[in-house]
Amino acid sequence: MKSEAGSTLRAFLIELVVYAALVVAYFFLVLHLLGGALHDLAVHHRYIYALTAIVLIVAQAVFLEALTTFILRLLHGRSE
Amino acid sequence: MFFPISNAHISPIYLAIVGFIIGVLGGFFGVGGSFIAGPALRAVGLHWNFAVGTDLAHIVGKSIVAARRHRALGNVDLKLGLLMALGTIGGAEVGAQLIQMLKRKGHVDVAVSIVSIVVYLGISTFMIWESRKTLKRNRGKKRSKASRADASAFKPVTRTIQNLKIWPMVSLPTSGVKSISLWVIVVVSFIGGLFSGFLGGGAGYIRMPSMVYVLGIPTHLAVGTDLFEIIISASYGTFTHAIKGNVDILIALVMHTGAAIGAQIGAISTQYFAGPKIRLFFVPLPLIGAAIVIYTLLTGQRL
Repeated sequence: MKSEAGSTLRAFLIELVVYAALVVAYFFLVLHLLGGALHDLAVHHRYIYALTAIVLIVAQAVFLEALTTFILRLLHGRSE
Repeated sequence: MFFPISNAHISPIYLAIVGFIIGVLGGFFGVGGSFIAGPALRAVGLHWNFAVGTDLAHIVGKSIVAARRHRALGNVDLKLGLLMALGTIGGAEVGAQLIQMLKRKGHVDVAVSIVSIVVYLGISTFMIWESRKTLKRNRGKKRSKASRADASAFKPVTRTIQNLKIWPMVSLPTSGVKSISLWVIVVVSFIGGLFSGFLGGGAGYIRMPSMVYVLGIPTHLAVGTDLFEIIISASYGTFTHAIKGNVDILIALVMHTGAAIGAQIGAISTQYFAGPKIRLFFVPLPLIGAAIVIYTLLTGQRL
């Protein structure tokens, strides 16, 4: 039981490190590039901006959920 | 990091950590967490209108992650969530209109503050009483693990509500409810939406307990279904706020990177606790909300 909890914690910490590295890259690559375009939309085309905002947050949610699930599966696969 | 839409400089690490904390709470309790996100965004200098709108956008993303995880655990009743979304959106509109009416009369701050303090304290007091009574009763009786997992001292009242025969009746097989009036579901979700529009945020602190006590939904399912329902109502809120220029989606996306992992941890953690325990842990959340409102009322500063 204790070793199972230990391996879960270890897998989670590794996941956190991998995830943090990917997220930092995402901050600088994607969000930095998107900033200008989204600002323009927010100022000039409010309705398109509103739709884009929802599409972006939904897409990111689906992607990050898949990513974290994939990393966890990968780590658990290796520890077995 | 500079966010051009709201013209604000905020550390992305701060945003991701705030998102993570709210994600854990949201995944575990099925709440949006606006009572923490709003003050946290205000604390770094974001204007109130952006704090409210951006928080809603981030709630959409966080709820998708947590609801997907809850769905995998069998904790989402899609039929109930869709029915509730209708009432919530209607209630949110009425709540927003009520705010406009109070604004015109000049009593909006005092009225909203008093109502929210009464509601928050009422929910906390009731949930302390109910969950402690249930836990105490479970300790004395020999019951199966399954029945103990989601017993409630409020069950007789819930049964009476379920037995109200007001046409049309619907069944919720996923939640184990054989028959319940559609009107009861609509009224519960409408009240949740009303508070959401009136007090701001997703109002999960009202909806989750009322799903358990009024509709008789098991706690784990109430958490998962509430999150699913929040996706729909918060998307609607995000859209209307974005049109009014109150959403900085870049801030929401950064917050959501932390929330995505926090929400999964919160959702998975629900497996290890029985319904009454989750309800007892829930109690401090409305109390924090009440404390924030009392602080605002006394100092005149909005957190």
